[in-house]
Amino acid sequence: MSILVDKSTRVLVQGLGKTGQFHTDKAIAYGTQIVAGVHPSRDGTGIHFEGETDHSGVPGRDETYAVDLPVYATVKEAVAETGAGASVVYVPPPSAADAIMEAAAAGLELVVAITEGIPVADMIVAKRYLEGKRTRLIGPNCPGVITPGECKIGIMPGYIHQRGRIGVVSRSGTLTYEAVHQLTLLDLGQTTAVGIGGDPVNGTDFVDCLRLFEEDDETEGVIIIGEIGGTAEEEAADFVRSEMSKPVAGFIAGTTAPPGKRMGHAGAIVSGGRGTAAAKIEAMSRAGVVVAETPSDMGEAMLRALG
Amino acid sequence: MKIHEYQAKQLMAARGIPVPMGRVAMSVEEAVAAVRPLIEESGNPVVVLKAQIHAGGRGKGTFREHPETRGVNVITDGIAGGPAAAERKVGELAAKMLGNTLVTIQTGDEGKLVSRLYLEQGIDIERELYLAVLLDRSKSRNMVMASTEGGVEIEKVAEESPEEILRVEIDPAIGLASFQANELAHGLGLEGDAAEHFMEFVEAVSRAATDLDTELIEINPLVVTVDGRVIALDGKMSFDDNAMYRHSDIVDMRDETEEDAAELAAKSAGLSYIKLEGTIGCLVNGAGLAMATMDTIKHVGGEPANFLDVGGGATADQVTTAFQIITKDPNVKGIFVNIFGGIMRCDVIATGIVEAVGRVGLEVPLVVRLEGTNVELGRQIIEESGLEVTNADSLREGAEKILELST
Repeated sequence: MSILVDKSTRVLVQGLGKTGQFHTDKAIAYGTQIVAGVHPSRDGTGIHFEGETDHSGVPGRDETYAVDLPVYATVKEAVAETGAGASVVYVPPPSAADAIMEAAAAGLELVVAITEGIPVADMIVAKRYLEGKRTRLIGPNCPGVITPGECKIGIMPGYIHQRGRIGVVSRSGTLTYEAVHQLTLLDLGQTTAVGIGGDPVNGTDFVDCLRLFEEDDETEGVIIIGEIGGTAEEEAADFVRSEMSKPVAGFIAGTTAPPGKRMGHAGAIVSGGRGTAAAKIEAMSRAGVVVAETPSDMGEAMLRALG
Repeated sequence: MKIHEYQAKQLMAARGIPVPMGRVAMSVEEAVAAVRPLIEESGNPVVVLKAQIHAGGRGKGTFREHPETRGVNVITDGIAGGPAAAERKVGELAAKMLGNTLVTIQTGDEGKLVSRLYLEQGIDIERELYLAVLLDRSKSRNMVMASTEGGVEIEKVAEESPEEILRVEIDPAIGLASFQANELAHGLGLEGDAAEHFMEFVEAVSRAATDLDTELIEINPLVVTVDGRVIALDGKMSFDDNAMYRHSDIVDMRDETEEDAAELAAKSAGLSYIKLEGTIGCLVNGAGLAMATMDTIKHVGGEPANFLDVGGGATADQVTTAFQIITKDPNVKGIFVNIFGGIMRCDVIATGIVEAVGRVGLEVPLVVRLEGTNVELGRQIIEESGLEVTNADSLREGAEKILELST
């Protein structure tokens, strides 16, 4: 098992500009079932992808791949034609929140929004729109979701992953790669790695992912990677203490961040003494999370947590 | 993005939100010339002269060059001496404020240079309240925060008497409802005209937050006048950078002299840079990893000189710019490049480093840690360049090495 995505996940791509096409190609090379594209100005033209298979991905495939991806003008049409259940959003910031709502309106189960720089006001509206709908949103401003050997949705490099027994959930892209790489080197591997994104308004949060990992048979432990700003890490710590039986390791970035400055991610800001790394580390430690001192120690921290 | 108080008040006034009458002045002459028309228009001989900087705490802040002068000055000379006396006092104060450095609790010790003043009418205050609209991250909605403790830092109120702070969440589908505005008015103990005026005020401010894509609107104090009017005595607005593409009028209000020159240069190159006080320059891809790199430097006993995220898809040119920005900081005694290439390929970074060193030179030790896509190729490029570079296999090892080499 795994969480959120597996080899049966059928994915459509919203936004097939340069970035969208680049990552769609990588995802197909990995073995992800990319079944359709949505791009209003490319309706009906289709896009051809071919290249060498990424052998770190889904096993048992030919050396090369060649795919003619059908492209539709609307998500609704793409879903009707292909039966896609998930989408990935590469649509540029001004229209990205609208693309998320379109995916939800079409009834998709999962929407992974990669786009960085969506206005907060747009995301507030999109989240309101998602209330009461079946759609789960991951992101925005995130690397995506990967279940190694089955399905890669997003921009993470596939080859650093290895199928295994640890769940990874993170607000940061490159720190996720750091953790994943260490788990691979330690031969612990990953069940699923989820980047929930660095924006102040996002979809799925730490607690949602922890709950899914707790219920997943294959996941034996979880690494949670947080950063300064907001209180999501504190809420995650509460959940670990009260609801989780599996060992959890963690890391919080931003101990040295000066207050009032936005550290790259829109959500990474310490304001009015709230959202500090120290408070988050303390909350996690109290909840029994083994907190790594530096990001180089995340894998080791997971080993210690596993006992 | 931040703007000055007088600009925030212009935006408010344009939306029908009551603010005091006022005039901006860039020189002593302009400040003096503003006094008489302001007194005539408002009918109040009292005026207030306020330094305009992007930081709070101005009322208690003082000027480094004139420690007896504060950032906000109430001038009452006009009551007895008429407009001429007010003009004299304003001229005297403006000369001490303009071109000098205001140090407040929020500016840090270095303070901020004052180049704009705002002259406002005096207001007969009955009560001072606090009002703000900002994002409630846990609810993914904006909220109104209000308190009877106006004129005090809200952080202090939150700590000492959190029950004094009223919070109401704004449903994006309907905006602030009238009953919510009424609840706030009631909670603040307002009655009659004041309550009615407050409700209009808070509804307008809530709409402004959405329409203008503000990150924060803070009105502290919001005052109730003796005759029951509700006025924004102070006004602070900051905006969501990601939404500024649809607000060119607000972008035009940007005062670049308020921003750090290096941070501005980085921003225009598509880099995210924040200057810090330490000695180890960092160049990293990804915001989380960049923060974690700073933390690791600190953890092994060093002090980071900056936060610098070159982003997910940096070009060799951007890496060169990043290098130039870091090496311009005279405090930098060593540079640590930490890249986990995903989309960012290590060979691109390596090429950028080699080009940058070729262009700007390298006078301090350089440690490079490369991992991820095309790492072998990246290492090869650096090796063949003949640059004096120390390699590291992990973040921690890199941090230890650069600390050792730079001290």
